[in-house]
Amino acid sequence: MRQIISILLENEVGALSRVVGLFSQRGYNIENITAAPTEDKTLSRITILTEGDGAIVERITKQLHKLVNVIKVSSQQDNSVDIVEREILFVKVQAVGHTLREEIKTLCDIFKAQIVDITPELYILQYVDTSFEVDRFLKAVSEQAEVVETVRSGVCGIFRGEHSLHS
Amino acid sequence: MEKLNGAKQVVRVLEDLGVDRIFGYPGAAVTDIYDELFDSKITHVLARHEQGAVHMADGFARCTGKVGVALVTSGPGATNTVTALATAYGDSIPLVLITGQVSTDLIGTDAFQEVDTMGVTRPVVKYSFLCKKPEDIAKNIRKAFYIASTGRKGPVVVDIPKNCQNRSYLFDYEKKSDISIRSYNPTVFGHKGQVKRAAAQLIKAKQPVMLLGGGVVQGDASEVASKIARRLNFPVVTTLMGISAYPTTDRQYLGMIGMHGLYEANETMHNSDLIFAVGTRFADRATNMVAKYCPNASVIHIDVDPASISKTVSANIPIVGDARTVLTQIDKELDELGQKEPADLSGWWSQIEEFKKKNCLKYAKKEGMIRPQEVIETINRISNELKLNPIITTDVGQHQMFSAQYFDFESPRHFITSGGLGTMGVGLPAAIGAKFAIPDANVFCITGDGSFQMNMQELAVCRKYKLPIKIFILDNSVLGMVRQFQTVFYKERYSATNLDGNPDFVKLVEAYGFKGIRITDNDKLESTIREVLMAKDEFTLVDIITDTNTKVMPWLRANGSMIDMMLNEE
Repeated sequence: MRQIISILLENEVGALSRVVGLFSQRGYNIENITAAPTEDKTLSRITILTEGDGAIVERITKQLHKLVNVIKVSSQQDNSVDIVEREILFVKVQAVGHTLREEIKTLCDIFKAQIVDITPELYILQYVDTSFEVDRFLKAVSEQAEVVETVRSGVCGIFRGEHSLHS
Repeated sequence: MEKLNGAKQVVRVLEDLGVDRIFGYPGAAVTDIYDELFDSKITHVLARHEQGAVHMADGFARCTGKVGVALVTSGPGATNTVTALATAYGDSIPLVLITGQVSTDLIGTDAFQEVDTMGVTRPVVKYSFLCKKPEDIAKNIRKAFYIASTGRKGPVVVDIPKNCQNRSYLFDYEKKSDISIRSYNPTVFGHKGQVKRAAAQLIKAKQPVMLLGGGVVQGDASEVASKIARRLNFPVVTTLMGISAYPTTDRQYLGMIGMHGLYEANETMHNSDLIFAVGTRFADRATNMVAKYCPNASVIHIDVDPASISKTVSANIPIVGDARTVLTQIDKELDELGQKEPADLSGWWSQIEEFKKKNCLKYAKKEGMIRPQEVIETINRISNELKLNPIITTDVGQHQMFSAQYFDFESPRHFITSGGLGTMGVGLPAAIGAKFAIPDANVFCITGDGSFQMNMQELAVCRKYKLPIKIFILDNSVLGMVRQFQTVFYKERYSATNLDGNPDFVKLVEAYGFKGIRITDNDKLESTIREVLMAKDEFTLVDIITDTNTKVMPWLRANGSMIDMMLNEE
């Protein structure tokens, strides 16, 4: 089961390495991770996508909470209705010839993806959605065109409604 | 406000925190601090290896409950402390290690004696600080003490670059001592509802057992734990780290549980309907296979560390909080419930009396050969007679388990051993730390010929300070614990467990100007040990040649329950 773990922590020396270290030390897997300061520059927010059943995720969140720098930890199942989650994808594809370029353009229109850079041979496509949709888009693109390289931001999530990591 | 340089602030803040003794080893990155120490009222003990220094601080902390402090230089100084930090971390011991670091402008350049101390120590400390500017020093050291000594205790590293100690840069010394860390607020009080539920269940239990772990010793909860055990008439068992939390000679005490735990202790656990566990983390050596663990028992688990609750054994009533505080709450709740006389547990107790009849610690004495059990029994008996109430430190291996099984302890903080990490070599430096902490105490280091050689360089500290500690080496010329595995599971193929080449330990201590005695015959055991223990103010090393083939029993079979025990067939 894929889980999104959100962590609010103090921006201290080594804080991120303690979080990452905990995952490797205790044998938990990080599928992807994002980290950046919040509106309060002394705090950072980390979002980690991991794999594990309820018991494992409870163990991870307890251990995370134990880290001295960590203020709050929350976990949600990936694709849960309680959370808005997005990931950004850039994919650079070979786009040579009028037909192929048109086809890629159509695909982008269907998915509401954008073409953000163009050379005579290449397109860079940008796509923002849930990780699941990003997977789908990437699959569709790679079936249509030759992928040169991709980069994904890792998932970033926030709770719907009143529930907040800051409260 | 007083203006002091960085190095002076290190020393001043330690003084203000009430530190009177630190253990360490100087080097280029801490020479400024050492210079300031020269004029301080803090006394510094010069170890002979940084690992020894930190083990000394650890021993100091274990027997007093105060934060132990050590000071070492950058690079190899810091890396040499890793095992000792991990030892303290494994047993949740409060200590602060101050490490020198190369100047901030050199960090990351692979400078001389540079190592990423925070990175190297990260998995084995509770927290660590890098002082990026001199102004961080006093604040970070105060925070380090606070973090080390609260919640689930543990070691904290404060890394101080050389330029931050600069003697010519003077700046304000903040005297204020109130510390608050937004993200760190350990729970002290137990949840009231949970406390009520726990108390109600304690009264109802038919086959209860109280399981005390290291948290009871380190959390100073022995007294209230004993009070509750007595008012409920519960049988009491301890983990290795919990030994000395409850008087071992008490009628209700059954002994240590776990891998080499006593038959009656393990059987009582296995047959219980309620485990009242305090300050223990249900480590693998204490539970055997979790799936087969105590099948009929529900579990009340008090621990200061929420991550330790339901980590391996799931708790029916978890209570997060400080052991002493929560036990006091439970004691009051029992009053509220009108609990005066213990419930009738006579059926349970008679079952336990049957377990005891197994007499699992019995062994055969042999003419002309000293059994290791005999040595511990003899030291224990004579100590009791002479009312020495010794602090026992051990190393790791067979002698450690025999010490855990055969020694009596009347009060907490008297059994110092590396339980979590199982560090050979901790015994001598921990004994030194204990002796410095409580100079009047009788401190005995029980060790093996393998373990002793891992930190025997610290004999120099004993010499320098004329420390009257006693070292008893159970000398069987092999790595006994590994060898007993080889005997039972590896068809007696004794790969690399023979310690041929050992020095003459008597001559070794003579080189340090001390007296050493060798005992080879059990005729001489009693009289020699008596003589040694009578001479309270002398350092003595006693090298006792013991049987090579003795195995520690009982012994839990791997992947079994707590009653899948091999027993001594002698």
